[in-house]
Amino acid sequence: MIAPFKTGYAQDLTLAKGPGSRIAYAVLLAVMAAIPLVLGEFYVGELGGLFIFAIAGVGLMLLTGYTGLVSLGNAAFLGIGAYTNAILLARGVPFLISLPAAGLLTAFFGVLIGVPTLRMSGLYLAIATLAFGSIIGTVLQKWDGLTGGFDGFAVQTPSILGFKIEGAWGVYYAALIVLVLVVWVSLNILRSPLGRAMVAIRDSEISAQSMGINLAVTKSIAFGISAGITGLAGGLYAHYVRHLAPDSFDILLSIQLVTIVFIGGLGSLHGAIFGAAFMRLLPQAIAMVRDDLPFGLGQLPGLEPSLFGLILVLVIMFEPGGINGRWVKLKAYFAAFPLHRKPAARRQKSYAKSERLR
Amino acid sequence: MSIFAAQDIAMNFGGIRAVEGVSFTVEPGEVFSIIGPNGAGKTTIFNMISRIYTPSAGKLIFAGEDITSIPPHQIANRGIARTFQNIELFANATLLQNLLIGRHCHSQVGLLAQFGFLPSVRRAEIAHREKAEEVIEFLGLQRYRDQLIANLPYGVRKVVELGRALCIEPKLLLLDEPSSGLNVEETEEMGYWIEDIKQDLGVTIIMVEHDMKLVHAVSDRVMALASGRILALGTSAEVQNDPEVIRAYIGGAPV
Ligand SMILES: Nc1ncnc2c1ncn2[C@@H]1O[C@H](COP(=O)(O)OP(=O)(O)O)[C@@H](O)[C@H]1O
Ligand SMILES: [Mg+2]
Repeated sequence: MIAPFKTGYAQDLTLAKGPGSRIAYAVLLAVMAAIPLVLGEFYVGELGGLFIFAIAGVGLMLLTGYTGLVSLGNAAFLGIGAYTNAILLARGVPFLISLPAAGLLTAFFGVLIGVPTLRMSGLYLAIATLAFGSIIGTVLQKWDGLTGGFDGFAVQTPSILGFKIEGAWGVYYAALIVLVLVVWVSLNILRSPLGRAMVAIRDSEISAQSMGINLAVTKSIAFGISAGITGLAGGLYAHYVRHLAPDSFDILLSIQLVTIVFIGGLGSLHGAIFGAAFMRLLPQAIAMVRDDLPFGLGQLPGLEPSLFGLILVLVIMFEPGGINGRWVKLKAYFAAFPLHRKPAARRQKSYAKSERLR
Repeated sequence: MSIFAAQDIAMNFGGIRAVEGVSFTVEPGEVFSIIGPNGAGKTTIFNMISRIYTPSAGKLIFAGEDITSIPPHQIANRGIARTFQNIELFANATLLQNLLIGRHCHSQVGLLAQFGFLPSVRRAEIAHREKAEEVIEFLGLQRYRDQLIANLPYGVRKVVELGRALCIEPKLLLLDEPSSGLNVEETEEMGYWIEDIKQDLGVTIIMVEHDMKLVHAVSDRVMALASGRILALGTSAEVQNDPEVIRAYIGGAPV
């Protein structure tokens, strides 16, 4: 294993650890930028969708994976972002303003829902955010004048400086750029005092407080940031689906987002992206093998959601680190090859916590 | 002038009177120990000082300021740090991250600056890192620096919690049973650190402790508590020989 030689504390603050990983990420980015030149429209479109879900996954990861707050209402943030962007575009606001505006307005809603739920955690918080989600869904449906009601409306093609961002390629590049920006900002947050405060709240509220962390303010900010990022994903999602209707932002979508962060691996941005990839690729995989499944399994109506549910349960039971946990172990295995010892990856039983606020 | 004073503080939980009419003062630079059987109300006093509980009656004065009703997250930047009886570290973060969280009360970079990790944030981070490294060196934690807390042995975690409290650069340090769960050697080591913290860093310490050997070794004064009330207050020898204290301990933990 090669460990970079450290000569100063500043070195630990760089995002890429060592020249190897810097090159790897640069290559990855170049490949991503070149993919539309090679792949067909269908695949480019699907990858664009994957990026959008990865953005939303990063948004939820900051809240659930790093701050320890579960949200079953993030589909509503996606919806607010999508509608805000589409409605502003329809009123002639340029895309470069409507998309950030969608993020900002959603962030505002995030803080709004964050404040009343400050004293809640776990199941109570999940239910409160679920309720928020269904309220937003109802508003989108009933506010005909603005949202087009149940029928929804078609989303305009955005343009930047006169260039129309059309088709799968437009969504692909827009989503890729936003994803890179969002990951960069998230990494910055995580190496700053705010990110550490979030982690502190996740692991022990009582001592976070004693370290001088304002629980209410930090949780509200976490909600705001998570919602803002999800709102950006929503704004892009509007262009991905091209027609907005309120029933696209229901509880099932929220559960998909939660599944992304759990399957990907809580507490890891890599995990959010792995999770999104898994979430978007599994339906394709099912579609491919559907007709060959025995006993008419392929014709079962609820096959896809049940499979997600099953996988979610299995991951929580056997690999709490999610896909990212596997990835880390795999990397450690090859780095130490052939000296790998199994216990090196064994999880330690976490110690009991007894001193609680309530 | 005393650095800390509890004036007639009381704490009720429903019908339970966990602490009642307790008054004491702590002088700058001293180690003030609180002893007493389980359930005596020792941790409750700490929770009142760190404002996790609001006293049902009485006042808390720190450095001349009434802190009875300031919010709990402002206790650290007043200069009061604490450890917990059952270790409350951030288990899924590294040792270094835990220490850096201890620096939180000293950080004042803006939100947007953090989003972009601007040079001001970078400079502040390096300064915090230097302070955290001083603490790592002071407590000899170098080889655990980048390990997750969840993977560290119990004895090391106790020391990390002490280190995290030191990162606050406190004037007053509250230690809740620093030796609990430690073996004899580790307890002895903890005693040396407490003395170092007192002598080298000049930090005033209030300590809740069961191990009478440790109490005797480091304390300037001792307060014995039972059922939420003060039984005796004085030097370690005076308190240990107090007839009331001896009576309270019969059937309880040995003195
Ligand atoms: N949050 C709480 N709610 C109800 N009772 C409590 C609470 N905290 C402490 N107590 C009670 O107060 C008494 C003193 O507890 P504590 O201060 O933890 O004792 P110790 O001296 O062992 O640290 C005990 O009877 C305990 O059950
Ligand atoms: Mg106690």
